[in-house]
Amino acid sequence: MTVAATKLRVEDKLFQNRYLVDPGRPHITVRPHEHPSANLRALTRICPAKCYELNDKGQVEIAADGCMECGTCRVLCEASGEVVWNYPRGGFGVLFKFG
Amino acid sequence: MSEEKFDAIVIGAGMAGNAAAYTMASRGLKVLQLERGEYPGSKNVQGAIMYANMLEKIIPDFRDDAPLERHLVEQRFWMMDDTSHVGIQYRSDDFNESRPERYTIIRAQFDRWFSRKVRAAGATVLCETTATELAHEGGKVIGVRTDRTGDIILADTVVLAEGANGLLGTRAGLRQTPTPESVALAVKEIHFLPEDVIDQRFGLHGNEGCVIEAAGTISRGMAGLAFLYTNKESISLGIGCLVSDFAATCESPYELLEAFKNHPSIKHLIAGTEVKEYAAHLIPEGGYKAIPALFGDGWVVVGDAAQLNNAVHREGSNLAMTSGRIAGEAIFDVKSRGGRMTKKNLALYKTMLDESFVIKDLKKYKDMPALLHTNSRNFFMTYPKLMSEASKNFMRVDGTPKIENERATTAAFIKARSRLGLVSDAVRLAFAWR
Repeated sequence: MTVAATKLRVEDKLFQNRYLVDPGRPHITVRPHEHPSANLRALTRICPAKCYELNDKGQVEIAADGCMECGTCRVLCEASGEVVWNYPRGGFGVLFKFG
Repeated sequence: MSEEKFDAIVIGAGMAGNAAAYTMASRGLKVLQLERGEYPGSKNVQGAIMYANMLEKIIPDFRDDAPLERHLVEQRFWMMDDTSHVGIQYRSDDFNESRPERYTIIRAQFDRWFSRKVRAAGATVLCETTATELAHEGGKVIGVRTDRTGDIILADTVVLAEGANGLLGTRAGLRQTPTPESVALAVKEIHFLPEDVIDQRFGLHGNEGCVIEAAGTISRGMAGLAFLYTNKESISLGIGCLVSDFAATCESPYELLEAFKNHPSIKHLIAGTEVKEYAAHLIPEGGYKAIPALFGDGWVVVGDAAQLNNAVHREGSNLAMTSGRIAGEAIFDVKSRGGRMTKKNLALYKTMLDESFVIKDLKKYKDMPALLHTNSRNFFMTYPKLMSEASKNFMRVDGTPKIENERATTAAFIKARSRLGLVSDAVRLAFAWR
């Protein structure tokens, strides 16, 4: 609909949120892979924080700083081993003011 | 800490965890509650509507000081297509009672209040502490490890109130990780507006509140639901669809949310707002058939972690609170009889839960998740469009004889779903509902 036209930037949404990032300790990582599975690829579209992106080589990378810890990627890709999922250390990560 | 042994450790300070911790601590049990957020509520996301009856059973005088936004006097259900909605609306002044039965709340504030009650009841609440592992001995859960120390914190029972995306119980093999078909991903924003503007737009006075819940082409053929809830001086709105449907369609959740906000039926209601937060969360949608084993040697599981959510009626936090309370009562009961926290003794929790509305309601709708999942295009695309078309045919006055409009409506339904399809959908829906 009108969305594509307005070039929605999810970064602008995440900017509203408070995060306490744990430097150098991402709580989610993507295992090295040649070709991402359909589910892993889907995350580049369906992660609500747009943490997942496709690199030049067609592999999926994650930058977990904006993660809202919903668990969608865990539910889709933990069993296959493509995504290694943990919660941030206590106190770190997203901090909802309203929730 | 490791020398100390608790009667119970509660994992999580959401609705279920707080209810369980409060119930046990107020009865004199030695309770430790672990919360990974900076403060209770800082990791929690809900629509959010809170049902009074279930909280009253835990804290009868909660209205004296709980942070409540508005009590609801009006509910609208909308079936939406791209430019219209067909709605059912119920508003009653009877809901302006001295002890209203439901309120909108803001979870980060509400959970902080609930947690103060838990502390006041005598529980030890440790925030900024992520429980990382359940400790076992001879097949029995004996405590937890956290990211604070490597030591085991010992307890007779662990209450897993760790939410839909809980890691402890699933990694210990006590229950399955949620499947993409059994959880919805919901995204939500909170929009601020002056109180009087909200009152005017929704026709409200004082603390009255209004709720809109909407389904239709807004979820683009996926099984999903959107919502708009009025708070005192803000509006919570969001949309959620099954994770399996998101994965299949590769629709982006925030694009769906933007489209919902830009829908002509919604846009004017949130015009001029200031957005202050964007959140995402998983919601258990598997219903009765997805409920895991609820208890074992040294542990029970409550709330979203146990998939206790009534998706049809959009009730979750009240099932969470009730299951937490009942788990707390069952543990206290076993303890006060001098019993050990064995699987056999903790079966009392399930017996009590089975007798409550929680399991009775979920059982009633046990076939609904499968029906909506397999029929999502019909229920969320075809029928909303047909309803809109039918309403338009009924409303338009353009010189077309009414009988022709009626025939056009009937023909559209038959063309879209066939006579047999219509009957079959109706029968299947009726069976899943009964």
